[in-house]
Amino acid sequence: MLGWIDTIVQGVLLGGLYAMFAMGQSLIFGVMRLTNTAHGDFIILAAFGAFSLALAVGLPPAAAPWLALGLMLPIAFAAGYGLQRVVLNRTLGRDPLPSLVVTFGLAIVIQNLLQEIYSADPRSIESGGLNTASVSLGGGLAVGTLPLLIFVIAVAMAIGMQLLFDRTPIGRAFRAVSDDKDAAELMGLDHRHVYALATGIAFLLVAVAGTLHGMKTTVSPADGPALLLYAFEAVIIGGMGSFYGTLAGGIILGVTQAIGFRFDPGWGIWFGHIVFLAMLVFRPSGLFPKTR
Amino acid sequence: MALLTTRKLEAFYGDFQALFGIDFEIERGEIVAVIGANGAGKSTFLKTVCGLLKASREAVSFDDEPIGGLQPGRIVQRGIAMVPEGRRLFPSLSVEENLLMGAYAKRSGPWNLEAVYDLFPILKEKRSDPSSALSGGQQQMVAIGRALMSNPRLLICDEISLGLAPIVVKEIYNALPRVCAGGLTVIVVEQDVGMAQLVSSRLYCMQEGRVTLSGPSGDLTREQISQAYFGV
Amino acid sequence: MTPHALTAPQFDVSRATTASRAGAVVGLLLLVCLATFPFWADAGWMREFNEMACYLIFAMMWNLLAGYGGMVSIGQQAYLGLGGYALLAMGNFLGVNPFVAVPIAAVLTMLVALPVSQIAFRLQGGYFAIGTWVIAEVFRLSVANVSAVGGGSGTSFTALRGIDKATRQSVTFWLCLAGAAASVALVYWFLRSRQGLALLAIRDSEIASESQGVNVRATKLGVYLVAAFGAGLAGALYFLGNLRISPDAAFTVNWSAFSIFIVLIGGIGTIEGPIIGVILFYLLNKFFSDYGTWYLVGLGLLAIVVTIKFPRGLWGWLSHRFDLHFFPVQRRLVLREPDKEISHD
Repeated sequence: MLGWIDTIVQGVLLGGLYAMFAMGQSLIFGVMRLTNTAHGDFIILAAFGAFSLALAVGLPPAAAPWLALGLMLPIAFAAGYGLQRVVLNRTLGRDPLPSLVVTFGLAIVIQNLLQEIYSADPRSIESGGLNTASVSLGGGLAVGTLPLLIFVIAVAMAIGMQLLFDRTPIGRAFRAVSDDKDAAELMGLDHRHVYALATGIAFLLVAVAGTLHGMKTTVSPADGPALLLYAFEAVIIGGMGSFYGTLAGGIILGVTQAIGFRFDPGWGIWFGHIVFLAMLVFRPSGLFPKTR
Repeated sequence: MALLTTRKLEAFYGDFQALFGIDFEIERGEIVAVIGANGAGKSTFLKTVCGLLKASREAVSFDDEPIGGLQPGRIVQRGIAMVPEGRRLFPSLSVEENLLMGAYAKRSGPWNLEAVYDLFPILKEKRSDPSSALSGGQQQMVAIGRALMSNPRLLICDEISLGLAPIVVKEIYNALPRVCAGGLTVIVVEQDVGMAQLVSSRLYCMQEGRVTLSGPSGDLTREQISQAYFGV
Repeated sequence: MTPHALTAPQFDVSRATTASRAGAVVGLLLLVCLATFPFWADAGWMREFNEMACYLIFAMMWNLLAGYGGMVSIGQQAYLGLGGYALLAMGNFLGVNPFVAVPIAAVLTMLVALPVSQIAFRLQGGYFAIGTWVIAEVFRLSVANVSAVGGGSGTSFTALRGIDKATRQSVTFWLCLAGAAASVALVYWFLRSRQGLALLAIRDSEIASESQGVNVRATKLGVYLVAAFGAGLAGALYFLGNLRISPDAAFTVNWSAFSIFIVLIGGIGTIEGPIIGVILFYLLNKFFSDYGTWYLVGLGLLAIVVTIKFPRGLWGWLSHRFDLHFFPVQRRLVLREPDKEISHD
């Protein structure tokens, strides 16, 4: 019995990480219907970036990754804003192909550049023992400190993003431009700028997700596509248009994979994919869809 | 001096020419109507004025400055606001949020939330409701209020009677004098010829991308308008 | 006074162009020439041709699906891999002649695509694309867990061991040549048919075509199944020539990545495009693949630039500029000379 509870709890915490992967994608797709095939690769890029920065700042491992993340945040925002403004804005329109191909091209560029710089060896960000520390939840149940921290941050992200959307002027602008781009332009809104802001914010989320991911496990240049699929599945399971939905979707995916792993390690990820496909068949709009 | 002028304005959808040299002008404080059947080019005309459709630079002047081809956002900031055809409210936003979006351009002036609620009290009641939950007439009020929130100098109303019951249309047009009290200039685009003649001081009639008739609203006869409207 | 009869202008629907007539002749000559390869060409050349033929089939099908059907998929490798594994199963376990098994594998793949389409069609646009990728991953993971076909590390085609080398190489080559020619012919024929016209209409506007009586669902399903058949064919042929199959090689997303590149460089939505694209891809590979990761970076950047600056691709640009069509699928209205007036008394 304890074994099952442990599996579920591990799954929930894993789901927090998946939800974190998915937040940025949920934001971008919600605002501008853009499918970023390189999303997972950007997370891995952030992880490697944090890895190098953490080594460069010369602080003890318990503090280095956090400073690295702090330094990366403004860079990530600028990169996201710039990428959207210069490249991705040109790919938007009725046809999904241009954005798909351009981001696919970006994915290949990122994966191979990382391969060139870091070789195919897996790396991990030193965190001064944080990735092995554990916390007791009582009743003989213990969880890793880092996974728990990741989960808490993921929940905070979901709450933060939903508040941003519902209560702030920029959130209003995001919702308006997503509803009707031309009408929003009539209000004086410049969609090129608003889209770029959304991508900038999404890249902030990606930077956090990548850094934490790199602290928790090892990363290699080719890991990106798998993360893309998890993020995508979390968004679809949860229902598009809601950050709480994305959080729920991530958790469900994490629990599903954990249960699958418990039966047979080879079938863990497969089980997650199957549950996702089943969701598509029986509840295509997801669990908590907002009206779109 | 005219507030808005167009000179030989042309507009294209790809290779298809929709406007063939429109000459138009409106003075400060006037209410001018533009009438015409479906496909006459009224919406196209408005789109070029608002920047949603490309126009050559000198073809449209606002306050003596050429604005042809500018981005819609820039044109709004100069003081032109449109109540779009079909309302085009933001369904994900509440009534109040729709109004607040109107103030995005941050122009100063008499219009704010309180003033709009004063003009259309029912909206204050429904301020937190999703805009899609309102009746057609109430949505039209939100659309007008949203345009007013940008404190424009020129307000363009694109077919605000469309899809509304006559009594509701009357109620909305009754609010027009209060809207214009502060010196606001208004272009009214209408298919309802009678209403257009009633509320405006001058009118233009369009057919197949050209102006076929213009003059003081009170002076034009039924036959003249029929001729210009339908071309028969 | 006798009134003149009002005659409506009479039109003919014309398709062929001078270029297409010339192209047809050249094409046939080329085919005949290629067919003689096994008698004099190097085995290495034939293998390279086989590989490119498979890319051509796969890319042509992707082009049909995306460029004409409007369904952008990055998961067609699911069917390519399935075709390869179906061939393996039939040859190794059921004792079917591997060459005969190739078309059967394609048909089996198409049958699997039928239920899968019901899941995939739940999604639209960009999310449809990623959904197809998930499905391909499910195929890959499923196969990787089946030890009978070698699990994660794959296995070899034992059924081919009994056949002598020269025969195997020749027949494989002819099959690839036939497959490539057939897939081009199939797509060409399909687009010239009523189904094809319906497809072009759907691509332009689903709602408008639905109102004209086009069964949008059935047409899209038909295209999806044809594309799956082609992908299965490409997979069976590829692994027939490769002698060995593994889940990672069979179901890698690189198939989609390269075929997207091929179609985009060549020109999406044209038949000539993928042909030109495969030739370009072959040349790029030949000269630059030694640069490893930098070569791939270059390909990725090239794809980005082409998508933004030259959305029609190389052939699309040429064909638009010089009005060249070797595979004329457009229909021209040609005005017939007006009939003589008929006078009424």
